[in-house]
Amino acid sequence: MSDEEPRATGAATEPSPDGRSRLLAAMRTPGSRGQVTVALLLAVLGFAAVTQVHANDRDDAYVGARQGDLIQYINNLSLASQRTETEIAKLQETRDALRDDTESRRTALEVARQQADTLGILAGTLPAVGPGVRITVSGSPAGVGTNQLLNGLQELRDAGAEVIEINDQVRVVAQTSLSDTPGGVLVDGEVLRAPYVIDAIGDPHTLSTAMDFTGGFISEVRDVGGKVAVEKRDRVEIVSVREPSAPTYAKPTSTG
Amino acid sequence: MIAVLGLMLGVLLGLFLQPDVPIWLEPYLPIAVVAALDAVFGALRAFLDGIFDDKVFVVSFVSNVLIAALIVYLGDKLGVGGQLSTGVIVVLGIRIFSNVAAIRRHIFHA
Repeated sequence: MSDEEPRATGAATEPSPDGRSRLLAAMRTPGSRGQVTVALLLAVLGFAAVTQVHANDRDDAYVGARQGDLIQYINNLSLASQRTETEIAKLQETRDALRDDTESRRTALEVARQQADTLGILAGTLPAVGPGVRITVSGSPAGVGTNQLLNGLQELRDAGAEVIEINDQVRVVAQTSLSDTPGGVLVDGEVLRAPYVIDAIGDPHTLSTAMDFTGGFISEVRDVGGKVAVEKRDRVEIVSVREPSAPTYAKPTSTG
Repeated sequence: MIAVLGLMLGVLLGLFLQPDVPIWLEPYLPIAVVAALDAVFGALRAFLDGIFDDKVFVVSFVSNVLIAALIVYLGDKLGVGGQLSTGVIVVLGIRIFSNVAAIRRHIFHA
């Protein structure tokens, strides 16, 4: 990388006392063979410099990078994408777990709600609707009493009545009690008077058949001078409900 | 005169053509340009000293470029291309500064 070595001979231009005047003289004269060579090389230099500047402006970081650097870039990128993929997998796992959780929770809720409905109908805390029968007991108020009604209810239950109500007033549940009272029947603290109307939800045919066999409810009521009308209905609505009472003595055993 | 015209011609050519740098040349071109600049400033200084010789200039220009490229190539092969390029740039920069200082003394007498 040596540049100009001193030369003994007076070179391209005629000798001049001063560098500056020599330069000015060279600028004024059209030039010699040496100047043409220099011009050629300078043209190459200018061309290369401009090209490089241009390429440098346009290029992004990766063009012209060395092989080692590129490998480093690729390694970094693949590491980053690996990390990201791991994170994605983890998040998906979490999402699936949460979704499963929600699903099972929803199922449990559904089951619980169905159970609550079933139990509510059984315990009489919910209104109910469905096919059934309406049994109207009319006739002498003195004759028809607790005995006949109890037998009737018993037969309805035997026949699979799911919900029973008397006189649109009293829901008959497991704790229901009946007793005779002057002028009527005392059911769960309410005095009911004839005519007694018993609504029952269940299979209408089975229920009406259950009322109507020899020695059954209808014949019993007839024996004491009353009349019974059994009406099958596609839709029996039972709106009276009972307030559930928490058991005082009984506790569930943990048998599952 | 012609030398200045040649430089301008090269710059204009580069601006108008806007060629793409070939891939194999990419690592060498910047270093080569700086090395050529060094040769040019050295030649200018020699001219002002009255010892300019066009043959010497051509040889120094070409050898500067070739040696710079060779050093970069060697550095790439040895795995220290980046550092060696930086070293070459630093050395050439120092030489350019000292040459420019001499030129300045000639032209401005200061």
